[in-house]
Amino acid sequence: MIAEQVLFWVFALGTVGSAAAVVFTRNAVASAMSLVGCFFFLAGVYVLLWAHTIAAIQVLVYAGAIMVLFLFVIMLLSLSDQGPVLSFTPSRILGGVAVVALFVALTLVFRQGSDAPLTWTGDAAKLSSFGTIQHLGEVLYTQWLFPFEAVSLLLLVAILGAVVVAKPRI
Amino acid sequence: MIQTISTTHYLVLAAALFCLGMLGVLIRRNALVVFMCIELMLNATNLTFLAFARERGDDLGHLSAFFIIAVAAAEASVGLAIVISVFRARGTVNIEELQSMKH
Repeated sequence: MIAEQVLFWVFALGTVGSAAAVVFTRNAVASAMSLVGCFFFLAGVYVLLWAHTIAAIQVLVYAGAIMVLFLFVIMLLSLSDQGPVLSFTPSRILGGVAVVALFVALTLVFRQGSDAPLTWTGDAAKLSSFGTIQHLGEVLYTQWLFPFEAVSLLLLVAILGAVVVAKPRI
Repeated sequence: MIQTISTTHYLVLAAALFCLGMLGVLIRRNALVVFMCIELMLNATNLTFLAFARERGDDLGHLSAFFIIAVAAAEASVGLAIVISVFRARGTVNIEELQSMKH
């Protein structure tokens, strides 16, 4: 039990710290690298939630594919860092206050929930298959086959759209 | 005595992640950083799905997270293509200078 607590706080503080680095660093490449770190810490949190498959997908797709795409674009555009990272216009200050208020409100609502430790509430037979790639695959390819195919079509359309939009002349 | 980790901890972590992402969207001016902050917000959503899946002992929430990751990949590719094409047309990705659609 104590290991879970230690790991949770390590991963949680790492996630929040690197997410803050994404928002508050000037250099876009540094932001992207902080985001990669954030995704790795988050994958650790997912493992604590017994979501091993999603943690693996998180590292492969997010920290791997999507962030490579981001870094490619950042380096392709070779942006120079000009001006302050943050500028305090009234609308930005208002936005910051609204975000803090949202966080406080969400925290107050979530604290109404139970403080009990996470115990297994599901069917005892499902305990060994919870979150495994075998079980998720079985559900995905039977019950959720249509959404799965729709998402594959969506990805195809997105790739074609990205090529059409980004290419100067087809 | 450290508190045991409950669903609330995960939900508050997700809220913190979401709010940081939202703060970035509201205050940053680089369109690429704004995109990265949107990814942060999507990850916060994933975390809530996985936390509730763990609480309920039902891993269908994992499939929601899976679909969110797939849609986020599509969103990132199209969004970055738009950023490239805007940069080509305007020579900047500073969202304060991209305001020709303002009235």
